[in-house]
Amino acid sequence: MDKGIVVETKDLTKSYDGVTVVDHLNLRITENEIFGLLGPNGAGKTTTILMLLGLTEPAVGTAHVCGFNSTREPLKVKRLVGYMPEKVGFYDNLTARKNLDFIAELNNISYTESQHQIDQLLKAVGLSEAVDMPVGKFSRGMKQRLGVADVLIKKPKVAIFDEPTAGLDPEGISQILDLIANLPQMGTTVIMCSHRLYEVQQVCHSIGILSKGRMVVEGSLDQLGREAFAGGRYRIEVETTESTPQLVDTLKGVSGVTKVETEGNRLLISADSDLRTEIAKIVVQSNIPLVEMKIHEFTLDDIYMKYFHED
Amino acid sequence: MRTIFRKELADYFTSVRFLILLVLVLLTSAATLYFDFKGISATTDTEFVFLKLFTTQPEGIPTLFTFPSFIAIFFIPIIGIALGFDAISGERTSGTISRILSQPIFRDSVITAKFLAGLFILSIMVVTTVLLVSGFGLRLIGVPPSLEEIFRLFTYLVFTIIYGAFWMGLAILFSIVFRRVSTSLITSLALWLFFGLFYILLIAPAIANALAPTADGTAEAILQNYELELTLMRFSPNFLFLEASEVLLQPPPVGSLLGVIGVIASGLASWMTPNPLSLGQSLLLIWPHLTSLLCLTIICFAVSYVVFMRQEIRAT
Repeated sequence: MDKGIVVETKDLTKSYDGVTVVDHLNLRITENEIFGLLGPNGAGKTTTILMLLGLTEPAVGTAHVCGFNSTREPLKVKRLVGYMPEKVGFYDNLTARKNLDFIAELNNISYTESQHQIDQLLKAVGLSEAVDMPVGKFSRGMKQRLGVADVLIKKPKVAIFDEPTAGLDPEGISQILDLIANLPQMGTTVIMCSHRLYEVQQVCHSIGILSKGRMVVEGSLDQLGREAFAGGRYRIEVETTESTPQLVDTLKGVSGVTKVETEGNRLLISADSDLRTEIAKIVVQSNIPLVEMKIHEFTLDDIYMKYFHED
Repeated sequence: MRTIFRKELADYFTSVRFLILLVLVLLTSAATLYFDFKGISATTDTEFVFLKLFTTQPEGIPTLFTFPSFIAIFFIPIIGIALGFDAISGERTSGTISRILSQPIFRDSVITAKFLAGLFILSIMVVTTVLLVSGFGLRLIGVPPSLEEIFRLFTYLVFTIIYGAFWMGLAILFSIVFRRVSTSLITSLALWLFFGLFYILLIAPAIANALAPTADGTAEAILQNYELELTLMRFSPNFLFLEASEVLLQPPPVGSLLGVIGVIASGLASWMTPNPLSLGQSLLLIWPHLTSLLCLTIICFAVSYVVFMRQEIRAT
């Protein structure tokens, strides 16, 4: 295994009752990055995670986490990986602290250390006032926060979050996302599944989109934008009182501009970067009054929708 | 594993279920002592007077509610099922199972710890019941137990715990196989009703009567019918345990069993010896019962184990 690769799968395949859920998946996740695993419902995200953890056996292929085979050495993998399932559950009769105590004990963390950790983590997820409240009285969002603390208590090398922000209030979302965004600094690689593309875009360094068990596309957001839209990531819309072929030609000549389309008096310019100042200068120089100029930046939503419209 | 064991025990001790079962223990002991109070003075036996505390049947009380029958048919199955029915399915419903299994522990330690914790609670219940009856009974009759009686009671305790472990193992097995808590509970209860009541009271006698009719009334036919019925009934773990406990607690054995089932034929009464069997002979007689019950328990546990190890754990 290459250095710096924390998670690697080779031809990972799993099928249920003849339906292939994960289909020869090859995944590589670099150390200390936040990887966003996206895909529609039933794309095989959870099954992939279960195979990474050794909770499910793959039919074909292998999964390695930190150099350990997930199927053969699940205990070593589980020692290094923290997993927060989509529907995270706690013992309702125990308090938040007792729930975390139990997990810490299963991970052989000493009592004094775990107490310190628990206080810190519950503060970080905004639950310090509910430490000694039975989890049965928690709201969904509070359980979700506790779930994040629960993953981090063992200081994992790899943390896997399945829908970490589902059911959270806006403040909670930004709190949790901040926490996740800081994990790579502490040496934790993060895999995050989410349907909220905006959040994924905010924190993830690279992204993989799964569909029907196959990786449709993988890479950093910039790369994905460039691949998905041959035009580049930015679209600049310019409205003028009149449009001349000359202007279009000049604009096409600007470095960074990949495409110019005309639509009456509107010009749609695709570019690699924000070229608004250059474009404005050119329009003004050619003595054509500028009416309006707008810029669209492609979001992950656009990229995602583009891939799934093609299906 | 010790961590899970400790947590499970703590859970049991703080649960409402434990309190309810404790009340059941107290009621059972109280009822047995009440029976003793009403009926023990009528006994004329001079042997095993202390064991009579557990077997006295005052007039007007159905045999089903005397101590050995009640323990075999109601008390132990209920406790066993109550302790095991939600062992795994409960964790699955609350969504904790995938969180626990993603920790660095062996999967089998989860189920072993749960089984051992249940066994511990079960033992407490059974020992409490027997000690309560013994203690208050001693005050009541003032006859101390002989060494043999103590030994018989102790063997009875071991038997009871193994029998309880069987019911708990069965309940745990269903809690693994079925996804819903309610399904696992209902299945365990259904099996208990079938073997505890319908099978030994209705089905076994019916089959025996059909296969070996007693219409001609000869002693031979009656004997044949009785033996067939006994064999059939031994397929029920409840009956198996009941038979063993009768042998242990009521040394002139077997005959009283027939009273429970109500199939005694008048011609057979003289066939039975009124002399109590010696301890060694009693143990010899129930050795197959012990191994059968132990086997059933081990099978339940082994099947649970295998199914659980191969089961896929999904959060949703």
